[in-house]
Amino acid sequence: MSNFEIVRREDFSEVTYLLEVRHPLMAKAAKAGQFVIVMLNEHGERIPLTIADYDRVNGTITLVIQAVGKTTRQMQQECQVGTSLYGLVGPMGIPSPISHAKKVMCVGGGLGVAPIFPQARAFKEAGAYVIAVLGFRNKDLVFWEDKFRDACDQLILCTNDGSAGMKGLITDGIQVALEGHSNIDEVVAIGPPVMMKACAEATRPHKIKTMVSVNPIMVDGTGMCGGCRVKVGNEVKFACVDGPDFDGHQLDFDDLMLRLQRYTKVEKMASERWSESCRMTKQVGPSALDGMLPGKGVQKDLLELPDPFEEVPGG
Amino acid sequence: MATKKKTIRTIPQDRTPMREQDPQVRAKNFEEVACGYSLEDASREAERCLLCPDQPCVAGCPVGIDIPGFIKKIGDKNLRGAYDVLTGTNLLPAICGRVCPQENQCEGVCTVGESLEAVAIGRLERFVGDTAIKEGWVNIPYIEPNRFKVGIVGSGPAGMACAADMAKAGCDVTVYEAFHQPGGVLRYGIPDFRLPNTVIDAEISNLKKFGVKFECNTLVGRLFTIEQMIDELGYHAVFIGVGAGYPTMLNIPGDSLNGVLSANELLTRCNLMNAKEFPNFDTPLPIGRRVAVVGAGNTAMDAMRVSLRLGAEKVYCIYRRSRTEAPARIEEVHHAEQEGVEFHWLCNPVAVLDDGKGNVRGMRCVRMELGEPDDSGRRRPVTVAGSEFDFEADVIVYAIGTNANPIMGQTSRVKLNKWGYIGTDGSLATSVAGVFAGGDIVTGAATVIEAMGAGRKAARSMKAYLGIRDGELPYLSAKQGGTDSLFGIDLRERNFARVRVKQDSAAISTTTQA
Repeated sequence: MSNFEIVRREDFSEVTYLLEVRHPLMAKAAKAGQFVIVMLNEHGERIPLTIADYDRVNGTITLVIQAVGKTTRQMQQECQVGTSLYGLVGPMGIPSPISHAKKVMCVGGGLGVAPIFPQARAFKEAGAYVIAVLGFRNKDLVFWEDKFRDACDQLILCTNDGSAGMKGLITDGIQVALEGHSNIDEVVAIGPPVMMKACAEATRPHKIKTMVSVNPIMVDGTGMCGGCRVKVGNEVKFACVDGPDFDGHQLDFDDLMLRLQRYTKVEKMASERWSESCRMTKQVGPSALDGMLPGKGVQKDLLELPDPFEEVPGG
Repeated sequence: MATKKKTIRTIPQDRTPMREQDPQVRAKNFEEVACGYSLEDASREAERCLLCPDQPCVAGCPVGIDIPGFIKKIGDKNLRGAYDVLTGTNLLPAICGRVCPQENQCEGVCTVGESLEAVAIGRLERFVGDTAIKEGWVNIPYIEPNRFKVGIVGSGPAGMACAADMAKAGCDVTVYEAFHQPGGVLRYGIPDFRLPNTVIDAEISNLKKFGVKFECNTLVGRLFTIEQMIDELGYHAVFIGVGAGYPTMLNIPGDSLNGVLSANELLTRCNLMNAKEFPNFDTPLPIGRRVAVVGAGNTAMDAMRVSLRLGAEKVYCIYRRSRTEAPARIEEVHHAEQEGVEFHWLCNPVAVLDDGKGNVRGMRCVRMELGEPDDSGRRRPVTVAGSEFDFEADVIVYAIGTNANPIMGQTSRVKLNKWGYIGTDGSLATSVAGVFAGGDIVTGAATVIEAMGAGRKAARSMKAYLGIRDGELPYLSAKQGGTDSLFGIDLRERNFARVRVKQDSAAISTTTQA
């Protein structure tokens, strides 16, 4: 029944990896801005992941994942080419509306760089002048720079430490773009809520329409549980069926960030328990898992920084 | 066997009790609460049926089971015969025997019930269903493939009932489910202690023996649309039974605090995702010490009883009307009470209180009193001025109903009514030719058996639409109360070819299973 085969894998860094999964029907149906829900195995949780790319010809979809929680770390270890996911459902959510805007700024922060790509490409195909602003912590985490260079008219790359592109936060990159172009019609931003909030604040004085894509905790992804509810203006919306794109000037980011922390404690416990069992397996002796275990290099600071595109605990 | 005519005086007077787990014990486990009848229990209870000629119970059953027929077989100790009678109309006796609100249906109109306690029809049905599962009985009729492909969206009770009927009629049936396991609300909603997963598995495996195919991980509407099913995937008819979904929030201050969740979320995490076994299963669950559940329907009762089993010290039921108006089955309220749920009738939540860190600290309610009857005929609760009070709680569950799931409306041309549910005519046909709908997505939240009834009704209409002769519908003229149809087909249409000819006949699967 479950035959969602992984056909390609690429490791961008110690914690970021790409999986290309075979699903011809989904590759045909997927549109920019939609997401999937993945289950690694029968005991797994359902985690939402934004579709980073799709290949209609070869019938595959691409997911970019950051290993920070138990499930995403276990996936990093177990999802090798030739293996299959237990569950994969989608494409979910309302596709991003690709308007006829003439000039569009696409902002991607951290792992948000992956899902912003289909949108940037779609805007380009719709005839817009596309400026991509991408932000990473440092040079080692940068990925898809070439892909964006090919698809966009201008690329502004920022790193926190200046090891690649300009030095500065992503908001600095946005300022550069805003100063360089007075006629930007629309901004699309994907990344950690903190970043999307900053981006919305940066464009608010200029009254530029700013769409953000949220990724709250979900179970079913079909509008049934309400776990993913967010506040937009005075209304409660379900990200899975009413979103995941919302007006960044209307969305209550503080509420979103608070709700993302619901399971932080238990998630951390599960993650530690899993690390311990991996360590034990390794000590016991030769096992099939040997050599595939990630180093102890899961950076602690990553675990503490909530980033909706990294891992949604408790999905 | 010549039986003396039974009268209300000669039958056993009391309803045969069913053994239940002790409330104190069961409130700590997920084992089934009601243990079911033994053969002796069932025989005694079967004795209580008068086999009266009126058969009000049959009319009271949404799917019209031949109730006296199967009870008589039990009385004759012919369990296989009883199963055959039951499955003539209902393929899922083990499920319906457990979850139907019999007191409002068959048992509510039972002749015996006029002077004594009604015959325990539900318990008898369950007994037969369980025996069949234990013995491995399945009744697979002779199925003649008819080359029609039927797609069913949603594997809940409506979809399962429709699938069974269409498969029996010879169609090649595929059921699509968005979750990774089939069963719909039976799987994610109703907890194990009311309906064990093994029972659902058994009933689904029976459907598979009929040739029904289940495709999980498929979100119809988004992966492909209803229109694509007909135009591209080669389905001749489609049934939509996706359920209502979309839980209602109270819209009071504090709604989005961590610790406030819908009953759907709590139940799905616990039942389908096995969060009760975290961390052996990866899905976590908010564990409350004091849990307040808002609402008093069956879902609310399930949420409360699940919370108790997850280890809550106190579970409160907060309902703005009184016990008489509570929509839950009496038996469920009773079970919840036995297990230690504290009921607070005539209380309406005003706000969820926070602890300053984004978590729930408690709830503020106001007392209500009953005023004049409203549209639903129930007395309208009105606020008692100045009666606000706070209480402590760390998890708040909303079980106050659901709205229409928007996915079908977003992705297809099927017309919706003003509440967002799918609009249908009396035969459950939607505005798109060949597309039928039934269950909660048409009526709004209702019961499992009503959804099954809708699935079967839609199946009859689909057979008529496809031009399949329906053996269960012999000729009845309009004068006789029928529809002037022969085997479900309108007489005025009988000379017209009804079979849709596909260009690409290879696309039609001919591998219908017998």
